[in-house]
Amino acid sequence: MTPRRIVITGASLAGLRTADSLRANGFTGELVLIGDEPHEPYDRPPLSKAVLAGRSGTDRLALPSTRDLDARWLLGVAATGLDLDARAVRLADGRDVGFDGLVIATGSRSRPWPVPEEAALRGVHLLRGRDDADRIRAGLAAGPRRVLVIGGGFTGSEVASSCRDLGLPVTVVLRGGAPMAGALGEVVGAAIGARQRAHGIDLRTRTTVTALHGDAEGRLRRAWLSDGDELDVDLAVVALGSVGNTEWLAGSGLVADPRGVECDAAGRALDVDGAVVPDVYVAGDVARWRHPHFDAEPQALQHWGNAVEQAEVAAHNLTHRHRRTAAALPAFWSDQFGLNIKSAGLPQLADQVVLTQGSFEQGPFAAAYGRGGVTVGAVAVDSPRVMDGYAALITERAPFPPAVNATDSPATAVLGAGFGSTELSGPDLTAVHGGQS
Amino acid sequence: MRVVVDLNRCQSYGQCVFAAPEVFRFRGAESLEYDHQPDAGSDRAVHRAALACPVQAITLGGPAVPEAAVTGASAVVGETR
Ligand SMILES: Cc1cc2nc3c(=O)[nH]c(=O)nc-3n(C[C@H](O)[C@H](O)[C@H](O)COP(=O)(O)OP(=O)(O)OC[C@H]3O[C@@H](n4cnc5c(N)ncnc54)[C@H](O)[C@@H]3O)c2cc1C
Ligand code: SF4
Repeated sequence: MTPRRIVITGASLAGLRTADSLRANGFTGELVLIGDEPHEPYDRPPLSKAVLAGRSGTDRLALPSTRDLDARWLLGVAATGLDLDARAVRLADGRDVGFDGLVIATGSRSRPWPVPEEAALRGVHLLRGRDDADRIRAGLAAGPRRVLVIGGGFTGSEVASSCRDLGLPVTVVLRGGAPMAGALGEVVGAAIGARQRAHGIDLRTRTTVTALHGDAEGRLRRAWLSDGDELDVDLAVVALGSVGNTEWLAGSGLVADPRGVECDAAGRALDVDGAVVPDVYVAGDVARWRHPHFDAEPQALQHWGNAVEQAEVAAHNLTHRHRRTAAALPAFWSDQFGLNIKSAGLPQLADQVVLTQGSFEQGPFAAAYGRGGVTVGAVAVDSPRVMDGYAALITERAPFPPAVNATDSPATAVLGAGFGSTELSGPDLTAVHGGQS
Repeated sequence: MRVVVDLNRCQSYGQCVFAAPEVFRFRGAESLEYDHQPDAGSDRAVHRAALACPVQAITLGGPAVPEAAVTGASAVVGETR
């Protein structure tokens, strides 16, 4: 039976897309969306790109709905509890909202700087929402001597790129051997890192920030690094990954921790015994699940496309007898330093990587990732039109290294992909091309 | 009008840039950037752009939330039970 009242917690990309597809699927019951941000749903990817670089305002990022949602919106109020027996969500203002169906879409937030007194310095920022982006914009407009980006993942790299667009000096400090190594491995990460350096980024790999120092007014002034350096900085962006917004689910009986809420590929929430909880779904960054295509541990896929797909799957399953599962290949993009980066599959599962098109040094390139002789992922830089071909190879579990047969295919060696400590300690780009025949 | 582009799907063919250059533009060689909330004056051009996109990556729509619900914040509730 289709539920009469569906409540969606989290009123952003996954929440809005769930509401939109519920109505598209003919759901005519009551729809309630609960969001702790006071803003209508907006798109986050531009925050680290066009917004920080000053090409767009945070007030111009609202997401569309394709139909009249006829929903009740509770914005600026957080969900603080879930009672599965009573089938009710508790709100921060003490009210309860009952439901017949629930979609959990509370997303994730940035992991804070671990030292609270240093995190509280004026000039030390996180970047997750509109308000964060507005604060960083204001800080950048004040003309900092140098910007420190702590963490070299996608968000950190995009922030660094936007600051260079503004002509500001930027230091990026990262623990690993290359930017984005967690998602793309150290070989491809180092190739992109070399291009970041060419854009003037002071990139400190295998380095950590040991302390942040403020002045008497509590304003950030200096950063100490593990390589012994001290930097004069007035603005720092902490980009150390994210944690799931799951605290409100404590004691609910769902499996919820900072890694997310566990669910199956149909989006159905699981309880501590691993059993499906009826009529409760999870979608977007907060969902932790096992992708049916890959033999891997359950994980949160914190990408835009995943939020959209899981929202559509949850809406389908709440309105249909026959269940769908989320099975689209994981995919994401990044734009930084004038480069368009696209990834498909799960490169992070790989132990090997091969350059399949172009060159790591300059211009467009594509690389494929393999594990156990099977192609599991791919990345394309400045060549978005080749991605469908790689996605097909990953979907059909093509042998690795795959036969790409592109006219610009270099004959390169298969390399260790550079994930984790057992891999290459430092990718050597000359070695990459040493395999060339 | 509100616009969102699925940039996973977008292959940077530039048809949208051609149809509505005041809303869609390229950054670098292959990165699309666009205005999520273009002015009403460009509605026709934006519709043309969405139709022209060879991979149908562009979604158009209206505001999701009625104005009052945003400004009234949590005051707009409806009864709970
Ligand atoms: C700066 C930045 C750049 C990005 N760039 C890219 C990119 O280039 N490519 C890409 O693929 N992805 C990118 N992403 C990721 C993408 O934006 C996310 O995957 C997507 O927003 C996930 O949507 P969601 O609805 O699951 O979560 P969110 O967008 O995080 O939304 C969750 C919402 O729930 C709210 N909430 C949390 N707790 C509660 C509660 N208890 N009660 C009520 N509401 C609550 C939150 O405040 C938030 O509004 C980027 C993200 C950021 C932050
Ligand atoms: S027309 Fe479509 S594929 Fe081409 S750039 Fe625009 S959105 Fe991307």
